[in-house]
Amino acid sequence: MSAAVRTRIFSPDTTDRVASLLLWASAIATVLILLSIIGTIVYRGIGVIDISFLLDSPRMSGAEGGIFPAIVGTLCLVAVAILTAGPVGVGAAVYLTEYAPDNGVTHMITFGVECLAGIPSIVIGLFGYAFLVVYLGFGFSILSGGLALMFMILPWTVRASEEAIKTVSGDLKEGSVALGATKWQTIRQVVLPSALPGITTGVILGTGKAIGETAVIMYTAGSSLLLPESIFEPVRALPYHLYILASEGISDDMAYGSAAVLLGMVLLINFTAVTIQRYYQARSGLRH
Amino acid sequence: MGTEDIEIESRNLNLWYGSAQALKDVSIPIEKNRVTALIGPSGCGKSTFIRCINRMNDLIKGCRITGKVLFEGRDVYEKDVDVVVLRKRIGMVFQKPNPFPMSIYDNIAYGPRIHGTQAKRELDEVVEDSLKAAALWDEVGGILDKPALDLSGGQQQRLCIARTLAVKPDVILFDEPCSALDPISTARIEDLINVLKHDYTIIIVTHNMQQAARVSDHTAFFLLGEMIEFGETKQIFERPVEKSTENYITGRFG
Amino acid sequence: MTRQTRERMIEALLFASAVTAVVIVLLIMVFLFKEGAPFLIRYGIHTFCLGMEWNPIAMDGEPSYGIFPMIVGSVYIAAGSLVLAVPLGLGCAVFLVEIAPPWAQALIRRGIELLVGIPSVVLGFFGLVLLVPLIRESAGGFGFSILAGSVILAIMALPHIISISADAITAVPETYKQASLALGATRWHTIRNVILPAARSGIAAAVILGMGNSIGETMAVLMVTGNTPILPEPLYDVLDPVRTLTANIVIEMNYAAPGDHREALFATGIVLFVMVAILNAISHRVLKSRMEAGR
Ligand SMILES: Nc1ncnc2c1ncn2[C@@H]1O[C@H](COP(=O)(O)OP(=O)(O)OP(=O)(O)O)[C@@H](O)[C@H]1O
Ligand SMILES: [Mg+2]
Repeated sequence: MSAAVRTRIFSPDTTDRVASLLLWASAIATVLILLSIIGTIVYRGIGVIDISFLLDSPRMSGAEGGIFPAIVGTLCLVAVAILTAGPVGVGAAVYLTEYAPDNGVTHMITFGVECLAGIPSIVIGLFGYAFLVVYLGFGFSILSGGLALMFMILPWTVRASEEAIKTVSGDLKEGSVALGATKWQTIRQVVLPSALPGITTGVILGTGKAIGETAVIMYTAGSSLLLPESIFEPVRALPYHLYILASEGISDDMAYGSAAVLLGMVLLINFTAVTIQRYYQARSGLRH
Repeated sequence: MGTEDIEIESRNLNLWYGSAQALKDVSIPIEKNRVTALIGPSGCGKSTFIRCINRMNDLIKGCRITGKVLFEGRDVYEKDVDVVVLRKRIGMVFQKPNPFPMSIYDNIAYGPRIHGTQAKRELDEVVEDSLKAAALWDEVGGILDKPALDLSGGQQQRLCIARTLAVKPDVILFDEPCSALDPISTARIEDLINVLKHDYTIIIVTHNMQQAARVSDHTAFFLLGEMIEFGETKQIFERPVEKSTENYITGRFG
Repeated sequence: MTRQTRERMIEALLFASAVTAVVIVLLIMVFLFKEGAPFLIRYGIHTFCLGMEWNPIAMDGEPSYGIFPMIVGSVYIAAGSLVLAVPLGLGCAVFLVEIAPPWAQALIRRGIELLVGIPSVVLGFFGLVLLVPLIRESAGGFGFSILAGSVILAIMALPHIISISADAITAVPETYKQASLALGATRWHTIRNVILPAARSGIAAAVILGMGNSIGETMAVLMVTGNTPILPEPLYDVLDPVRTLTANIVIEMNYAAPGDHREALFATGIVLFVMVAILNAISHRVLKSRMEAGR
């Protein structure tokens, strides 16, 4: 009898139970890690954030005052990055999905996109410094930083747009071509509108990546805390500002506030992207 | 039949998808303002054949063609043929209704717009005429700005026909236009085809014998990429020459 | 302009957009090598990569540019992060695909989306203010350490490892699973002996890719590892500080004078670039052979 009980204890049932428990535990641990990060930043940062924190310029290297120029700097950099990476990325995706013949050049392009996605951001930053800042003479500026960011997010916009374009049904394209539409007319008027939600989601997610990126812009955008007057002037992006505040021990409070604002911006953007995606998925789901 | 009545004619048409031959030496004359039906078991090359006529097969990678398809006496595969003009003159309606995700109005206006018609009044007119010709005006005339995708399957298919009519083609190719529709919608489209044939040359692929018998003047029977028999529909259905045609028509094929 | 020329011009324009990525990659290589390669050759690839001492502004005597401690630092921290992230991520992925009730699935998917979005500098900051003091107080030492870097990188790697592994597990045909369950195997048995082995190569690709990403990561490690360019002593002491290749560039670009010092930083970039490229290539190779094998 007791032998029977003993075998039961070590029967697969128990292992199964223990394994389940461990798997639950790993999932819970992951969620807890996430909550502790977001919780800490929000909890400590929210008290710092008020109108003057958002709209004032920093004083005493950022130990007092606000972070307005850094927010403006970030928005300028991201605007340049998206306005360049968006069209180029969508164009590349249209070429790769609709035009590209199956040959060496096309393989090289796909390979190039993959390579670019794999290059560490600090290497892109170094390149941006050598090429944009020094060689092209753009100096530390919004233009240099924005373009360097563009190099970083380009592969993501290409991929997201490709995915979106590939989901457009061939029936629609045939319908358009059979009416005598040219290839470009078909793409412009049928394919791109249908792929737009997916493309938008991809580009917005790219924005999220660009907003939080630091290593790429440290040596391209500069670190000026003055409000820029043109894209040829330097700015200090919010993540870089946070890095300086934290690593130089300037002010914990200001750092928490900056971190919370940065986190808020990124999460808001990602939330928007995901919501757009879900909305359109749900809508197209109804149709079938 | 006199040669001057032949609008389209395929001559010794062969087609390969990669290394697989899908059409073998197909020659068919198609008369003007008549309905020609293509019948045959699944996979025998009916769709492939009609897609040769408006060169939709150009879109398929690895597709190779020999032989000729004459349209008004000229080979559509000649180098200097403008496929855009060709497709404008030879319209096509697909098996599955494929309206664009736009309003009903924009669907119909799509063709005229890409071909350069911009004036609102002109477009309004084309939209109304096309919808009337496709027997859809009574149902959608008041809801032109509604999404086309909200229509029923049968309405969508008539919308696709109207969309094709809007570019004023000479020929319309129908690839199993009713296979996704209920019997009532099917009957309406058959009626429509009977009216349209006064103004257009029509080629229709169908799996439905009765439909071929009801709507067509001529019928071609395909089997495994070959055109087995071609003739007056009445003759094909009542006195087929070939044994395989008879077997198919009497339902002894899968 | 005729329709045909218009169409052709548009195609040319689209082609130009498509080759932009290739052009950028080529430019990156050209500029990186233009700035760093002469130094590498002058100084010697060997002495650079295997040199133990990094002392670019020697007050007395020759400056030395040895990055071996930083190569070790980068690999050490990346490997450490995987040791932490892979079991946790894999567990999470299995949970997600095979066990989780719908509400937990939704929760974890949302969680992963959030975690991916957190900027690395914010994670670094979190490490700096929470993790480093925690390590200092509980385990002793300086706090800024290999351990801190590994933990932060593990958090960064986690969402990627979970989602790629979850995809690989989802791709295992349902029939395998049913066959196993029908033989009377328990759920865990089936996961261990059927599902995980079938998903193995996909998971391996995720791990190698994660390694590459971790080695290339800058801000988060920079803020928590202490950045001393010497080997830990003893080598297994995870509480010792280290400096990574990425950190080396960020820290010294600020004041590196043009000449050997600055070029040495570009050379560091070359080494980093090559290491990450090799890891990415291996990962792609694994994924490709996986697809060719039909799974
Ligand atoms: N795009 C393609 N690539 C390769 N093979 C194809 C392609 N389209 C059709 N085929 C092949 O060519 C043959 C003829 O196909 P087709 O679609 O013309 O037949 P069908 O008579 O229209 O059949 P159905 O009645 O089912 O529509 C089939 O064997 C099919 O598998
Ligand atoms: Mg067919």
